[in-house]
Amino acid sequence: MIFAALFYAAFLILAGGLVYRISDYLRTPAPLKIPTTPAPTTGGGVALRMTREVLLFESLFKGSLWTWGFAMLFHGGLALVLMRHLRYFTQPVWSWVDMVQPFGIYAGFVMAIGLVGLWGRRFLVDRIRYISTPSDHLMLALLLMIAISGLSMKFLDHTDIIGVKAFFLGLEHFDPQPLPASPLLYLHLSLVASLMIIFPFSKLLHAPGVFFSPSRNQPDNPREHRHLSPWAAKLESES
Amino acid sequence: MATEITAPPYRVIPIIPAIKPGAMEGLKPFVANDRIQEALGFPGGLVDDWKERAIAKMGDLLKKYRSLKVYLDACVHCGACSDKCHYFIGTQDPKNMPVARQDLMRSVYRRYFTLPGKLFPKLVGARELTKEVLDEWYSYYHQCSECRRCSVFCPYGIDTAEITMAAREILDSVGYGQKYSNEIIGKVNTIGNNLGLPGPALEDTLEGLEEDVKEDTGIDVRFPLDVKGAEVLLITPSADFFAEPHIDSLIGYAKVFHAAGISWTLSSMSSEAANFGLFIGNYEQMRKVALRIRQAALELGVKRIVVGECGHAWRVAYSFWNTLTGIGDGAEDKFALQLQKQLDQRYRQPTHICELTWDLIQRQAITLDPEANDNLIVTFHDSCNVARGSRMGEMAGGQFEIPRSIIRAAANHFVDMSDATTREKTFCCGGGGGLLTDDLMDLRVKGALPRMEALKEVADRDGVNFMATICAICKTQFSKVLPYYGFNMRMVGGVHQLVSNAIRLGDKE
Repeated sequence: MIFAALFYAAFLILAGGLVYRISDYLRTPAPLKIPTTPAPTTGGGVALRMTREVLLFESLFKGSLWTWGFAMLFHGGLALVLMRHLRYFTQPVWSWVDMVQPFGIYAGFVMAIGLVGLWGRRFLVDRIRYISTPSDHLMLALLLMIAISGLSMKFLDHTDIIGVKAFFLGLEHFDPQPLPASPLLYLHLSLVASLMIIFPFSKLLHAPGVFFSPSRNQPDNPREHRHLSPWAAKLESES
Repeated sequence: MATEITAPPYRVIPIIPAIKPGAMEGLKPFVANDRIQEALGFPGGLVDDWKERAIAKMGDLLKKYRSLKVYLDACVHCGACSDKCHYFIGTQDPKNMPVARQDLMRSVYRRYFTLPGKLFPKLVGARELTKEVLDEWYSYYHQCSECRRCSVFCPYGIDTAEITMAAREILDSVGYGQKYSNEIIGKVNTIGNNLGLPGPALEDTLEGLEEDVKEDTGIDVRFPLDVKGAEVLLITPSADFFAEPHIDSLIGYAKVFHAAGISWTLSSMSSEAANFGLFIGNYEQMRKVALRIRQAALELGVKRIVVGECGHAWRVAYSFWNTLTGIGDGAEDKFALQLQKQLDQRYRQPTHICELTWDLIQRQAITLDPEANDNLIVTFHDSCNVARGSRMGEMAGGQFEIPRSIIRAAANHFVDMSDATTREKTFCCGGGGGLLTDDLMDLRVKGALPRMEALKEVADRDGVNFMATICAICKTQFSKVLPYYGFNMRMVGGVHQLVSNAIRLGDKE
C-alpha cells in the first residue's frame, strides 16, 4: 500500500510539475528573433529541424561524437525499455508493444552501457569533470541503478511479473492490489518513483525544454514577418 | 594586468587544451563612471542594495525572456560546448568554457529561483550572490564575445550570448557597467555615431574621399550626405569613415552605387550601423539606437535602407529592426506606417550591401575585372553575427554564399579555410561583443588563436595573403592582432575593398 501511495504521489508531482513548467515556458515571451542560423525559413522547416534534434541529436553530433554515441545508446535504449514496460500497464497488450519485446529486453544493456559511458566522461575528461556537480553524478547513479535493478529482475532473480502487472492495472483503475514481495522490485520501483519526483525540478527538464528553445524553434523570417512580444509592444505606444 | 602581451603558441595538432583554472581570473575591463552610466539611465556606481536589485532584475528578465529561462533550466552539463569557445581555446581558463560561463549565473538562478537550489544548494551547485560572485560575473561576462558558436553545438540550442547579455543587463542595473560599450552608446545617442564624429567632420571626410577617388581613377564618384529624396540610405559602421582598412570598403560601396547609377546618401544624424545596445543586452537602448535610423530614413524620404559591412549591425538590422522599428510589415504606430508606405517593398528591407552588389553583378548592371586582384590570394572570414544570427538572400545559408560569390567575381584566387572554422562553425575574431577595447588586449590576442591557426594553414599551404571579411570589428581586431601572430596587419580587408579594386567605372564596354 505504501507503494501505491508513492506512485500516485510521484505521478501527480511529475504531471503537475511538467504542466506547470511547460505553461511557464509558454507564458514567457521570446521578444526577439534569435534562431541560430542558418535556420529554416518556414514552420515546416522548423518542425523538421526539431525532429532531427529530438530523434537524432543533430547538434550534439556536430559537437562531440563520443557524447553523441553514448547519449544515443542511453536514450535509444531507454526509449525501447519504456516501450517494453507498457505491457505492465495495458490489458490487452498492444500488438506493437509485443513486437518491441525482444529488442526491449536487450535495450536495457544498451542503456546501461550508454550511462556508463556518459558517467565515465565525468571522471576522465578534465573539462567535464570541472563542470560536473554532485547532482550530475547522482542523476547518472540513479538511472544506472534503475537499469541494473531492472536487468537483475529479468536475468538473475525473476519477479512475479503477473503480480506486478496486477498492481499497476489496479492503480490505473483506482483499485490498489498488493505488490509481490521482492527486494529487487522494491528497489527498482522506489528508484523509478524518485526519478519521477525529481524530474520536473531538475536538469532532466532538458526533455521538454528543447521544444521551447528559441534558437531552435523559431523560423528565420524576420524581414518577412514582424515579431513583437506583448511587453515590447507597450514600448511602442509610449514613444 | 598583463604587462607584456604575447600570442599563445600555435598548437602542433589542434587538440583540445587542458584546463588551467584561474588563468584569466580578475581580468576586468574599465568600469563605466557615473557620467557614462547616468546618460543611459543606469545608476552611476554600485548601489548599496545591489544584491536585492540584482536578484529582482534577474526575476524580471526571467519573465521577459524565454531564452534565459529555458537556457538556465535545460543544461545537462554534457560538455558538447566545452571546447568550442575561442576564449577557452586561447586562455585555457575553464570558466571560459561556455557551460562554465553559464553556470556562473545558473548557480545563482538555482539558489534564488528553484526549489532544489533553495533546499540543497551544495548538491546542485547553487550559490549565494556575493560581491565576489558579482565581480566574477563582471570579469567573465566580459570575456564572452556573444558569438553564438557554442549554440551551434548545444543539443538544446543554449546560446551563451543570451546569458551574457542578461548578466550585463543586471550589472548595468546595479551600477556596474562597462566603460567601453556604455560610453559608445552614449555617443550614438548624442552625436549619432560610435566615434563621436560630428556632422561637419563627416562632411570633410567625405569630400576628401571624393578627391582621393578622383585622383585615383579620374572619375567623379560621389559620397553624398543628407541628400533628401535619394533612393538609398546607406547605414554603415562609422569606422568606415576613417579607419584602415574599413575606408577602402566604403569607397567600394560608393563605386558600386556610382557604376549602377543608384542615387544614395549617408545621414549625419544617423551615421552609425553599429548598435551596442545588443552587446549590453538592453532592449530599450537597442531600440533607441535603431529608431534614429528610422528617423533618418523618414526625414530623407529614401526608398531603400542598405547596411554596410558590419557583423552585429547586420544581425540587429536583419533580425531585429522589423521588431524594434517596424521597418517591414505589420507595425501599427504612425511612424512605422509612414515608413512602410515610403519604402519600396519590392526590395528586401533592410538590404545588406553584399545582397545589393551580388544582385547587380548577376544582372550585369556592374562589371568586375577580377584580374585587378591577381596579386591577392584571398580567403574569407565569416563574421559570427552574420554567420549565426542572420541571413542574406532567399536561402538559408545565403550569408555564406553571397559574400563568397562576390569575392569569386572580384578575384581569381580564392581559398576557403578549414571547414571546422568557417560558415556556421566560424570562430570569432576575438574582439566582438563589446570587447574591442585596449584594456582587454591580452584577451583579444589569445581569443584570436583558433582563427590565426586556420589562417596559418592556408597561408602556408596556398599562399593566402588576404583575408576578406564583412565586419568593422573583425577588421579592427585583426589589424591589431595579426602582427602578434607574425602576419602583416594589412592582410585583412573588406569584401568591398576587393570590389573597389575590380569594378569597372565610367563607360561600360
